[in-house]
Amino acid sequence: MTTKVLAIDDSRTIRNLLRVSLESAGFEFHSACDGQEGVEVFPDVDPDVVITDINMPKMDGFGVIDNLRSGPNRTNVPILVLTTESSDDLKARARTAGATGWIVKPFDDTSLVSVLRRLTGHVS
Amino acid sequence: MSMNSIRDTFFEECEELLEALVEGLSQMEEASDDMEVINAVFRSVHSIKGGAGAFALDRLVNFAHTFETVMDKVRDRELAVDEKLMALFHRSGDQLSDLVASARDGTDLDPSAETAIVKELESYLGSDAAAEEFSFDAVTLDFDGPAAIEIPDIDISDVGEAADTETEYCFEIQFKPERTLYENGHEPLLLFDALAELGELKVEADLSNLPSFDSFDPNDAVIAWSMSLKTTESETTIQEVFEFVDGLCDLSISLSSETSPAPKAEEVAEEPEPEPASSEEPPKAEEVPSPPSADVASVAPAPAAPVPSPKEETPAPTAAPNMAAAAPKEARGPKPTLRVDLDRVDRLINTVGELIINQAMISQRIEELDLPTVAHLTNELEAYKLLARDIQEGVMAIRAQPVKPLFQRMSRIVREASDATHKKAKLVTVGDSTEVDKTVIERLADPLTHMIRNAVDHGLETAEIREAAGKDAVGTIRLSAAHRSGSVFIEISDDGAGLNRDRILAKAIEKNLVSPEVELSEPEIDNLLFLPGFSTAGQVSNLSGRGVGMDVVKNAVQALGGRVSITSTPGKGTTFTIVLPLTLAVMDGFVISVGNQTMVIPISSILETIRPNAKDIHVVGTDSQVVSVRGAYVPIVDVADSLGLTEEERKERNGILLLVATESQDLTALRVSAIHDQRQVVIKSLESNYTAIPGVSAATILGDGKIALILDPEELIKLAHSNPLDPFGQNTNMELRHA
Amino acid sequence: MPETAEALADTQFEFITFSAGGQNYCLEITQIREIRRWTPVTALPHTPTDVLGVMNLRGAVIPIFDLSARFGLGKTPANERNVVIVAAVEGTTIGLLVESVSEILSVEKSAIQETPDIKSEATRHSIRGMISVDETMVRVVNLDAVLEHSAGVAQ
Repeated sequence: MTTKVLAIDDSRTIRNLLRVSLESAGFEFHSACDGQEGVEVFPDVDPDVVITDINMPKMDGFGVIDNLRSGPNRTNVPILVLTTESSDDLKARARTAGATGWIVKPFDDTSLVSVLRRLTGHVS
Repeated sequence: MSMNSIRDTFFEECEELLEALVEGLSQMEEASDDMEVINAVFRSVHSIKGGAGAFALDRLVNFAHTFETVMDKVRDRELAVDEKLMALFHRSGDQLSDLVASARDGTDLDPSAETAIVKELESYLGSDAAAEEFSFDAVTLDFDGPAAIEIPDIDISDVGEAADTETEYCFEIQFKPERTLYENGHEPLLLFDALAELGELKVEADLSNLPSFDSFDPNDAVIAWSMSLKTTESETTIQEVFEFVDGLCDLSISLSSETSPAPKAEEVAEEPEPEPASSEEPPKAEEVPSPPSADVASVAPAPAAPVPSPKEETPAPTAAPNMAAAAPKEARGPKPTLRVDLDRVDRLINTVGELIINQAMISQRIEELDLPTVAHLTNELEAYKLLARDIQEGVMAIRAQPVKPLFQRMSRIVREASDATHKKAKLVTVGDSTEVDKTVIERLADPLTHMIRNAVDHGLETAEIREAAGKDAVGTIRLSAAHRSGSVFIEISDDGAGLNRDRILAKAIEKNLVSPEVELSEPEIDNLLFLPGFSTAGQVSNLSGRGVGMDVVKNAVQALGGRVSITSTPGKGTTFTIVLPLTLAVMDGFVISVGNQTMVIPISSILETIRPNAKDIHVVGTDSQVVSVRGAYVPIVDVADSLGLTEEERKERNGILLLVATESQDLTALRVSAIHDQRQVVIKSLESNYTAIPGVSAATILGDGKIALILDPEELIKLAHSNPLDPFGQNTNMELRHA
Repeated sequence: MPETAEALADTQFEFITFSAGGQNYCLEITQIREIRRWTPVTALPHTPTDVLGVMNLRGAVIPIFDLSARFGLGKTPANERNVVIVAAVEGTTIGLLVESVSEILSVEKSAIQETPDIKSEATRHSIRGMISVDETMVRVVNLDAVLEHSAGVAQ
């Protein structure tokens, strides 16, 4: 069984980078270009793990976490926050909101994949 | 998808982000406190920074970071936007755009402008500039986890060396998840897997807290685990496994006395508390007072209430969780779009062109059959023709794009030009949403830039002169686009002093571009600007100089099948009008004969067709002819002569006259042999497989599958050197087409 | 990419041989798109005599050169056997009018000889090499040279 990843990021570049990294690591990759689209496609994609950006139009990353944790989707899937800001209070906020982990951009493939494996138990 | 193509899409995306940035900044001018707009501007800069980071474009990242930091202060309402800051934002946007271009093309960029802007931006950050810088630098360090922070002075030597020498240590780990750990999507078993990768792990579940079956809530975290891990890894590595669950569990990690020298055990046990928020605090201060016993029993830091920081007032999440389910798809946001490879569109356009030709061929063949009138067939054929046209229009619309991004770029040109000339100018754009063929937009950028610079440099007066003349000190450059009668009209006007016709004429005479004896009308004088080698500025300014004249603009516009004209009113200003075809792919033409050859001439260029009486034609000089049209003498240009057809290729010399208006003089009559038909033709480039031919703009394929050349009236007239009435004849030559 | 005889890949090469201006020429088969019967073309003004005009090749406008005239061997006399060889180089498609097409020639790389140091510079440039077949000499046409020339004519 391949592990399904839903990546939510408004940057096409970041989505492309994630796609390349994750598909080559054996993940099934899905993406959405803002928080709103992310939570909309969530039920259809039914991912094993969600990666979300924080700064996005329409619905930001906190909105996504909030929606997935306590909104209509209500799920316990791991949510990994992808952010350029590494401040600790941001991490704390993300954790309080219900994020499972975080990764700081620019990310490198190896750490990203190892974090995802750690959160999902996925082995290639 | 290769890394290169991701890089390409990054730069494509940058273009879009920069557009959004420019748009956002101009909206900020109107309403500087609109949070939506400020957020959008912030996001544009932020996304460029994020992508640039992935490609290690450090210079771009650093600049974007500084820009973004100031923007963030505006977002947090710590900084009010005034005119000065707004101007700085515009310049920062321009600089960002230059940095993107330089990163994309690998070209060098003079750092002086960047340094100045960064300095100015930093002045808004005040004393925390340094702190911000520090926290940014921490990005990379932090990636390695808490290691950098948590290893205090002496203990490192033992544990660290232990790892180096492959000595195996045994750690005792107490782990009691809280309910939130599960809610946040963590799975203890996966943590155990990760630990097991580090060495030999033994796990024991502590079920003592299990409630009675009745009160059991499966969501409650009631199980605790005790683990022992034999590993050569350091404690830091173990803590990294728990990085994400920090604060969501009770956790203690201690070096078991079995493997560790006894005196050290306590010290190590003192320090397991993961301290994710400690980067801003000296770690030692924390360590000394913490009682070891408390640590072992329950290490429950409260990361949810982290170190107080000035950043605490980051805006709260704006999301409404239920919005997604409630809002119907079509009720929100921009229309969904599809990104398509341009090649595919062009192939489609080409195929549709073939369809149109094919349809014309079928019609012609059926006509040739001379069938008895079969009404059905005619009707079906007509329907086919209409459908083919519909498809064609639909396909052409795919290539059409709004002129908005092009116009937006011009606001920068106005800013730069007014700075360079110490004039005050603002740009007003009208008809941003007018759609024009993509290629036209791309190829208009240079001519438009040049004309806008000219308008500021030569068109507008200085603020003092303007005020003295009772005008607003700030000059207005107006850029408008509109569709009118199947063409695109683009106007560039200034409210400056208008053209100085005496000076233009004097200059043209001085440069030998026009004879002093010739009487020229006002429009004729204005048109002298378009002559090659003409430059209006008394001295070549470093702005619109560079030896590039309006003739280059004119050639660029003509290459797009368009024309450019000027009107000017003294004291009121000057307007340049560019008229372009809607599309580069088809045009309406007359099918004509020139000698024995079938050709096409654009209908748009023809004012009138004349079947002249012999008495209306007069010979001037040796072999030049004029025709009298309503009392005016109009020079005749024989197309067969201009094309250099041989005698055997010609039939007759009378033929039909096509009256065309040119830029350089009012009217010329082109003589052709006959006019056959009027139809839409598909334009085929001659240059893709051959080369440009003077007097011919392109080719098309007729209903019989034969190629017909599309004539360029303006060029044909230039080719007719013998025309004695053309005051510019010796100065215009066909080489210009290749410029 | 001007190729010299050495630059050609090893082993077998296939050429189509034809005659133009009474001489034997050939073109590598990979450069040839198709061979068509001669049909009247649309003449182009302001072009030299070896540019016959343009032809419609499935919607593309391609120039047709009289190869004999191009090589200075006089205009190709009209003939039933005249054909147009459609060839492509680097995205540019052109047609070459030749007297007639003869055969497919399969040769080893070693059979292709350098153009001997004879005749005019122009002629040497227009030929990439020579192949001797049954004691006759077949010249390998340098399409790049034909194209360069074509780009130059209208300047």
